[in-house]
Amino acid sequence: MSDIPTEIRDRTAIVGIGGTDFGALYRERDASRSQYDLAAQAFVAALADAGLSKTAIDGLICVRVPDYQRLAAMLGLHSLHLVNSLEGTGRMAGVALQYAVTAIVTGQADTVAVVYGNNGRSASAQYGGGFDSSSPAAYEAMYGMTSPGASVALMYRRHQHEFGTTDDALAAVALNNRKNGALNDKAVYQQPITRDDYFKSRYIAEPLRLFDYCIINDGGVAFIVTRADRARDLRQPPAYVAATYSATELTNFYAVRDYFYGACQDVAKRLYPAAGISPSDVDCLQVYDNFTPTVLFSLEGFDHCPRGESGSWVQDGRIELGGELPVNTSGGHTAESYMQGFGLTIEAVRQVRGQAGARQVPDCEVVQYICASPIVNAHILHA
Amino acid sequence: MTETKPEYEKPLPAITELNAPFWDGTRQGELRLQACSACGHRWFPAAARCPQCLSTDYRWTAASGRGRVWSWIVMHQRYFKSFEADLPYKVILVELDEGPLITGAMADAAAEVRCDLPVRVTFEAATEGVSIPKFVPA
Repeated sequence: MSDIPTEIRDRTAIVGIGGTDFGALYRERDASRSQYDLAAQAFVAALADAGLSKTAIDGLICVRVPDYQRLAAMLGLHSLHLVNSLEGTGRMAGVALQYAVTAIVTGQADTVAVVYGNNGRSASAQYGGGFDSSSPAAYEAMYGMTSPGASVALMYRRHQHEFGTTDDALAAVALNNRKNGALNDKAVYQQPITRDDYFKSRYIAEPLRLFDYCIINDGGVAFIVTRADRARDLRQPPAYVAATYSATELTNFYAVRDYFYGACQDVAKRLYPAAGISPSDVDCLQVYDNFTPTVLFSLEGFDHCPRGESGSWVQDGRIELGGELPVNTSGGHTAESYMQGFGLTIEAVRQVRGQAGARQVPDCEVVQYICASPIVNAHILHA
Repeated sequence: MTETKPEYEKPLPAITELNAPFWDGTRQGELRLQACSACGHRWFPAAARCPQCLSTDYRWTAASGRGRVWSWIVMHQRYFKSFEADLPYKVILVELDEGPLITGAMADAAAEVRCDLPVRVTFEAATEGVSIPKFVPA
């Protein structure tokens, strides 16, 4: 099969978005805060944004909200045609949109709400240190090896060795996120950092420093996807989904030998033709940045720069607002909020709509979302 | 008065019927991997089925114990209380000559490490019955 299918191109659109105030939630930790309440809050905001009544929703995909039945009951969604919960991992933000689009295009549902809730900070979530003695992770834990961040650190060190990448690359990504966060009044961190701050921040899993790491915080995000013909009559300008694809590199461990390059290329080779664009048509990029090196891996994997050259490519303001390809305009996971790809997804929609305020990319028509992880996914959204 | 070794508190994988040959090997100073009888593929850690051809017919055979450091980190964060006294400590990821990646540590915690450093396996007794693979420059 050599033909790239274009059946889904512009058949669906994101028509409503909702997110909580991440900064306010961060300042007031609350052990009783539930991911269900956060998800519900975001859902209500997304409905209002779309100008839809909840009776229009006939599909519900929950992420990091383990019990879809409980959430559906809370929201009084009684006659759904499509419902499930996906695991609470970052790779699922892209998967959820992919499923929503597929369901709508195939007529399984008309209007799907994708709803995410995360009380990680209040519930003291840990991303490392736990292991199951009967799982492959036990073979890492016996050497004190744990956490996705340390695995990304392994890949980044190898990338340095292979391509000569320096920590200035990570500094550029970290500084860009904080600079953008300063333009986002919902961000957890709204203070820029200097290059000096970056290099003085403590190591977590060396070569990665504190400022390379995502925040652990609370929040909820929701977005509503519907048929394109219906989208045109709603309150907001539609963010059409031109294409969405996934590809995997699933091994026993998080680190893989090619920095997810093969899986990224698998997606890229289908994504751009299916959307009818090339990488240079992308006006704004939202990249899943659980740790800053994934931005480098994503830029290379999706042909925004030649392989191995991301380290120098991100310099000189190229990824900043006003640069050639603004990246993570709301501050990404290290400044805005660690909503595991969901915050980036709704920022992509804001950029497409021209509603990103002080951080709006001028004449923004095409926005790409990328997640480079054991499940790679990417979408192209456009006005 | 008899001296007793302090109890080993660091994480260890559960030893099962499936992976017991690996642990018998480490105790006897040999790094053993499964080798698929159908396609020859070798893998780590232990699994009941060849992930390449899906055969359940395999043998445990000694690996060369040689490889190179694919990458390495220095862990500064305290994730495991049992590693607290070691902080900061190096973790290496070794690409064995047979192909699989195996996480490890240098036998000499202070040893210099770099990507592509050739290494060979050695074994360190963790408890009376369990020895864990570590590495030395080859």
